[in-house]
Amino acid sequence: MQDLANADCIVIQGANMAECHPVGFQWVTEAKLRGARVIHVDPRFTRTSAQADRHIPIRVGSDIVLLGALINHVLTNDLWFREYVVAYTNASVLIDEDFLDTEDLDGFFSGWDEEKGAYDLASWAYATPRPTASDGGEEATEGDDLSDAAAGDRYGSGGPPLDTPRPMTDPTLTDPRCVFQLLKGHFQRYTPELVEEVCGISADDFAYLADSVTQNSGRDRTTAFCYAVGWTQHTEGAQNIRAASILQLLLGNMGRPGGGIMALRGHASIQGSTDIPTLYNLLPGYLPMPVVGHHDTLADYLDAITSVNAKGYWSEAPAYTVSLLKAWWGDAAREDNDWAYDYLPRLSGPHGTYQTMTAMLDDEVAGFFVLGQNPAVGSAGGRMQRLALAHLKWLVVRDLQLIETATFWKDSPEVATGELVTTDIATEVFVLPAASHVEKSGTFTQTSRILQWREQAVHPPGEAMSELQFFHELGRRIRQRLAGSDDPRDRPLLDLTWDYPTDAHGEVDAEAVLREVNGVGLTGESAGEPLDSFTQLRADGSTAAGCWIYTGVMAGGVNRSASRVPASDPTDPAHDWGWAWPANRRILYNRASADPEGRPWSDRKKLVWWDEASGQWTGDDVPDFPLRTPPGFRAEPGAGGPAAIEGDDPFIMQADGKGWLFAPRGLVDGPLPAHYEAQESPVPNPVYGQQANPARRTVAGPDNLFAPSGDAPGSDVYPFVFTTYRLTEHHTAGGMSRWLPFLSELQPEMFCEVSPELAAERGLENGGWATLVSPRAVIEAKVLVTDRMTALRAAGRTIHQIGLPYHWGVGAQAIVAGDAANDLLGIALDPNVQIQESKVGSCDIRPGRRPTGPDALALVAAYQRRAGLVPDADQRSGEDRVMDEEAGDD
Amino acid sequence: MAEVRRVVGDLTNRAAHAVRHPVSTFLGWPVPRQATTGDLLGRGPAVTSPTTRGTTHRLADADRVARSVCPYCAVGCGQRVFVRDEKVIQIEGDLDSPISRGRLCPKGAASESLVNSPTRLTKVLHRRPHGTDWEHLDPDEAIDMIADRVVRDRRAHWQDVDDQQRPLRRTMGIASLGGATLDNEENYLIKKLFTALGAIQIENQARI
Repeated sequence: MQDLANADCIVIQGANMAECHPVGFQWVTEAKLRGARVIHVDPRFTRTSAQADRHIPIRVGSDIVLLGALINHVLTNDLWFREYVVAYTNASVLIDEDFLDTEDLDGFFSGWDEEKGAYDLASWAYATPRPTASDGGEEATEGDDLSDAAAGDRYGSGGPPLDTPRPMTDPTLTDPRCVFQLLKGHFQRYTPELVEEVCGISADDFAYLADSVTQNSGRDRTTAFCYAVGWTQHTEGAQNIRAASILQLLLGNMGRPGGGIMALRGHASIQGSTDIPTLYNLLPGYLPMPVVGHHDTLADYLDAITSVNAKGYWSEAPAYTVSLLKAWWGDAAREDNDWAYDYLPRLSGPHGTYQTMTAMLDDEVAGFFVLGQNPAVGSAGGRMQRLALAHLKWLVVRDLQLIETATFWKDSPEVATGELVTTDIATEVFVLPAASHVEKSGTFTQTSRILQWREQAVHPPGEAMSELQFFHELGRRIRQRLAGSDDPRDRPLLDLTWDYPTDAHGEVDAEAVLREVNGVGLTGESAGEPLDSFTQLRADGSTAAGCWIYTGVMAGGVNRSASRVPASDPTDPAHDWGWAWPANRRILYNRASADPEGRPWSDRKKLVWWDEASGQWTGDDVPDFPLRTPPGFRAEPGAGGPAAIEGDDPFIMQADGKGWLFAPRGLVDGPLPAHYEAQESPVPNPVYGQQANPARRTVAGPDNLFAPSGDAPGSDVYPFVFTTYRLTEHHTAGGMSRWLPFLSELQPEMFCEVSPELAAERGLENGGWATLVSPRAVIEAKVLVTDRMTALRAAGRTIHQIGLPYHWGVGAQAIVAGDAANDLLGIALDPNVQIQESKVGSCDIRPGRRPTGPDALALVAAYQRRAGLVPDADQRSGEDRVMDEEAGDD
Repeated sequence: MAEVRRVVGDLTNRAAHAVRHPVSTFLGWPVPRQATTGDLLGRGPAVTSPTTRGTTHRLADADRVARSVCPYCAVGCGQRVFVRDEKVIQIEGDLDSPISRGRLCPKGAASESLVNSPTRLTKVLHRRPHGTDWEHLDPDEAIDMIADRVVRDRRAHWQDVDDQQRPLRRTMGIASLGGATLDNEENYLIKKLFTALGAIQIENQARI
């Protein structure tokens, strides 16, 4: 994050950094003071915009058009960084002859299977020489199976293996099948005119952005992008990031000081909880969870996630996997039982939080642990979330405060509407007080991958305890209950390594856990000693490590996350403050900061370079490259793994060592980003015949209806776009902010931001009340009429966007309460990562407070009928007539 | 204590440099004081009053100070947690942190009120099925009851194989949500235990 200070231009898009990461924003300010240009692209004018050189309002959900137009601008005007692109990306690689683009198929790529609702990825593969009869006719391609909803999660951090890590290329970049030419063709219609039509961004603003980015990229200058959930929470979320990655690769901004793409994450250890994942699809260190039918044996698993021919460190995944199994199951993990691989449970599709919620509604889930999270307020489709809780047999909530998820049975909105009756709810609820961040020691991993140790200041109050203590104790007691069992289902629990030292208060020694995460040697001289580097991990059972990317945090037996040597000046990367994974590198892929010959691209932007005298890479950061592999190194044919990384392969986690402009595998909705409208959109897709991302996932049923889009009948019933966001003074679903007096005083009420035009159109008064209705719910909010919101002209019509902070809930316990914006949201998911589309929805807005009790449900139902989402009832209610009259006034 | 003095000294840099000249001599006059202390603009030690000099920093009598990290967003701002009589008395930004350089946002600055909140849960609460109110439960008993339910419902929802007889070895009866506000070590034990239980529906805010 401090590296942002080195940028010459910073584009903040899909984030409100000054308000949501205020202290991190000082590095943007630092860059500005050094002369950098800052541009904020966002639907709302915020304090980030106020600090920027220019704010460019955008229609929510149209980011790929803007980024795609920048890509097209760079390609057609020859503004790309030729040496970087030719050497470090897959621009020259030839793609399979069967590949067809969205330009050919009006919004689909080749391989679409309408029946399965998914792509067959085979034709997106790198081309291979066509087999002759004498070869036996077997054709090898990267793609070999149909994507399904979980496929994007199936490969782990290196992405899927390539069978052809040394693919066919055309270094002249002229072959029509090469990535560079495909890229040109794909984005050719992404023009400034299209940007104006789709995003509502003027030609002048586009030119300013394009000039700023391109004039601040190259040998001497770098541009950085910053994003947050404004890019991820879409049905094309992963592709938004892909689009930025393509642009940054073309401009040569990856792996360089002041370059890159900064993900601004939103929780103290949300990065850590992804690295050491409490996520269904991953094991620690981005190893995938095994999937039935694909990973039935350890050999299947390892074959599927890597290939012996692949270049780079991901090819060592067998060592990472076996070391993890040794860490978890110790002596019970032996070579003759495949290192206890069969102790791992198997996935059979996506098991994300929204799929689990629907399973709860179907009474398939008995017990639910909720740990420092508040899904009754913070998850999309709040009503479904709360109804689902009422289907559980038991619920364990561990938190600092009595949050709405704990009290749903008493005071949720559904109790008010009569949908839930307290005495009818059979759910048993346990609420356990948690320890705060100062009452336990341990590490958070912040947004730049830096682990920072926290010292315990005091003990938790009363009966509060940390998750560490609770889960250790819970595991101990479960194991006690199963002791002596000869049921093979219980072996994984009984053989689990679970012997952690505790203090007099029963608190587990967190450093002992961190030591297991780091890994230790198991044999010979290194037995019991912490490992220094993941390169020491082996697949022969001689090492154990709980999360290979964290190996080195205890290097030399010293807890590096507790290192606290301050920076000597603001440009000092401060390598001895905390510890960044992997290997304490602060800028990933920093080999790319030097040219193919290993010299810095320029003196101004030097970071890591080849030192001929010492025969190694050196510089101001830990080199992210094999230290002694010289720039001109060429690997032996047939070599695999780190030994196959050639001197100009900076992207050492990719199977071919190159940055992927075109993703031959790893994404399930296309090898290139294409613009689709959101699940709910006021306009027909102006780019393709296909309206929305065809591979997106939704939850079916009457509780998750969607507004008609574009010109479909009923779309005028929900004519406005809403988008959700955070405020500086609150945190997520409010559990850590709405109970605090200062923060509650600063932001006491739920509100909605509307433009003066919309206020005039709908008769909304500043400071008055508004009622917002989506196909899922009705909420009320105080009205803030502000020209921070702009009515945009897009697709030939006026688009009104409404801003909604989402921190409030209606429980009785917090200092401040209000309706939850997430109740309005439907559940439509990105197919790669199963994240919900929280940033775009359709609604209506009208002055006044919402009805209460059953009348609230009646209002939602009346809208649904008007929009044709449910059959029109014979008996029309008074509400319908009222609404019809209002509609006539429009 | 030395650490408390050092940190408090950092926070009160100006007062720490206050110089004391007898006001009765010529050297005690304001202008010479400005000259001799280097406080040429007369906005620092040269004009510090006896009252100010007699004031001690409210954190100076802290028993100890712990290094911590802000629990809200992912920037990872450094915090200094001051403790007196086993109570947190204040949380300040850590001036040493190269990430935050001593700064905290409104949430980070309010984190003392987070840890000392009067509404914080300190007792285990239990709501029986169909119940209309909370009852207190002994923590030990609560963990026992939860362990019993985990063991029971893990078995009740167990799946050995799929319809093609391929191994699943999992339970669909238990799910978990949370982790982004927790420590790495905690997430590690959570994932480890649930995976050994065969529970796969383990999620956190990172997907939301």
